Amino acid sequence: MSSETPAIALDVRGLRMRYGARDVLTGVTFTMKRGEVLALLGPNGAGKTTTIEILEGFLMRSAGNVSVLGIDPAQGNEAWRARIGVVLQSWRDHRFWRVRELLTYLARFYAPFATAEVARPWDVDELIDVVGLSKSANAKIMTLSSGERRRLDVAIGIVGRPEMVFFDEPTAGFDPHARRDFQDLIHRLSDFDNTTILMTTHDLDEAEKIADRILVLDEGRIVADGSADQLASEFTTAAEVRWTSSGRRHVHAARGGDATSFVRDLLIQNDDVTDLEVRRASLEETYMTIVQRAESAQSRGGIPNGAAAKISDVRA
Amino acid sequence: MTTATALDTHRAAVLAGLSRGWIETRQSFTETAKVIVEAFFSLIYIAVLLMLRRKTMPGTDFSLAATVLPGLLCMSIIFGGIVGPSVSITAEREDGTLLRAKATPNGMLGYLVGKIVMVALSTLLKFVVILVAGIMLVNDVIVDARACLLLTLIFVVGMVATVPIGVALGSVMKSSLQAGLVPLTCGLLVIASGLFFPITVLPTWLQSFVQAFPVYWVGLGARSAMLPAQMVAAEIGGSWRMVEMFAVLGVWAAIGLVLAPVLLRRMARRQSGSAVAEVRARIRSKGY
Ligand SMILES: Nc1ncnc2c1ncn2[C@@H]1O[C@H](COP(=O)(O)OP(=O)(O)OP(=O)(O)O)[C@@H](O)[C@H]1O
Ligand SMILES: [Mg+2]
Repeated sequence: MSSETPAIALDVRGLRMRYGARDVLTGVTFTMKRGEVLALLGPNGAGKTTTIEILEGFLMRSAGNVSVLGIDPAQGNEAWRARIGVVLQSWRDHRFWRVRELLTYLARFYAPFATAEVARPWDVDELIDVVGLSKSANAKIMTLSSGERRRLDVAIGIVGRPEMVFFDEPTAGFDPHARRDFQDLIHRLSDFDNTTILMTTHDLDEAEKIADRILVLDEGRIVADGSADQLASEFTTAAEVRWTSSGRRHVHAARGGDATSFVRDLLIQNDDVTDLEVRRASLEETYMTIVQRAESAQSRGGIPNGAAAKISDVRA
Repeated sequence: MTTATALDTHRAAVLAGLSRGWIETRQSFTETAKVIVEAFFSLIYIAVLLMLRRKTMPGTDFSLAATVLPGLLCMSIIFGGIVGPSVSITAEREDGTLLRAKATPNGMLGYLVGKIVMVALSTLLKFVVILVAGIMLVNDVIVDARACLLLTLIFVVGMVATVPIGVALGSVMKSSLQAGLVPLTCGLLVIASGLFFPITVLPTWLQSFVQAFPVYWVGLGARSAMLPAQMVAAEIGGSWRMVEMFAVLGVWAAIGLVLAPVLLRRMARRQSGSAVAEVRARIRSKGY
């Protein structure tokens, strides 16, 4: 039924947000396909939480067009709300409740929103198991560690089997094992349930592993958009080639990010090459380059990026 | 494909809200911090009755404790119905409970039902505890079928008149500090409403002023239920003024029932993670 599941889950055009005299978002434009996993990166204060809260319908935007699952979040009704999952950057509510108690309570609201395609809500005990809280199922929430509390937040975010989930720094406070579990969960949600996932994180390694696509937000606008590989080849010029020959270690920065032809020549010309290593720029290096470049462009007076150009169209 | 009707989804939210009310009421008996708060006033009330047990009204042999008991019952309704919801709604806004409700489909409805159930059950419990203690400790109060019927009626009407006001106040108070003004104001009204001495000793302007609020009328109703008929002489106009009592409480109920949903919805609309984080930052830096 294509009419019920349009290919676009989220559409943001020229989104602007202003607090008093301060512009926090200055024209954010992007779309997400159904089932896509997108990581929103950016320095502290870039506007990630602001963007997510607007998409969740919690904050009212200053300008721009936004559609989440075909509906403007500012006008989203309860049926829309039932299709959205929310994990905020931090929660401290329901301290006196127990883990299973709270999940069971919240799950009840979603039952009438079940459809032939989507069985709602998630079975509570199964969900507790999936997020790895089985041992704490009867624990009082205020006694959970911060990582356990975060797992509960993730569980609450998906208890209604949402079609679109917003995670704001979901893995803050997770141990390596919990991080791995979270990656598996995200893959499970997007692969089996076709859930569309938008998450923010400061863990670039995690973004690279989880996300189909990465968006870098800086000073209120999007400065990069693509897969980790695309960003690396677009924004970083060099791949690093290291090798040993005639008993000496050599390092070469291959231009254009493509070291293949350099390595081919190298191997043809030297037959004693050992310990050959080709390292593409890591996402971290790429990210640093992107943010630095965006900020120096900003201080030079700003470059009109695609999004900014579209804004002037909208306002004209 | 099945579509959820508004009836189904609201029913689910109301049922969830009932379970929420029950869970939170249960917590007030199992959480030490909550038990202390809940038991504190009841213990004070009972202590007052114990102290006044052997005293009589000056110039009569009528028990002083008997005139105080209806006042204590009135206080339990007022503090339970107005202070309870207003203080807890403000606190739950600051800790993100309301935002959680907003993130859930019909979550605000469930939250509100839960709050009403919790407030009604815990107030009823305190009311009954004071009543039973009063009946056991105090002579001269009437406990017949009429008294029981009237007390039940006054409890129900008192709750309907006060809980919506409490919800409305909780929605407009900007911080827990501001919400602290609610118990203060109620306390002053309690003092000025003649719950513990004949109101006719007060200046007339103050008498007229307090008659605009539910405290006076719930107190009058409780006295009319439990005190012997001749005690009516101490009341304004020498009458229990039942009709006026139900009329005034009815008006307050109507005002509250109109205002509470509007104000609660307006407050919920403003909830966001950033707003909650801002409050938390304020509490961290200023301590309130
Ligand atoms: N209510 C508000 N009033 C004024 N300014 C605000 C408000 N909320 C956020 N801001 C500002 O907007 C900017 C963007 O904040 P936001 O929380 O969206 O950043 P972020 O990208 O999520 O950062 P972090 O990585 O630290 O979570 C910040 O500079 C912040 O100070
Ligand atoms: Mg943030």
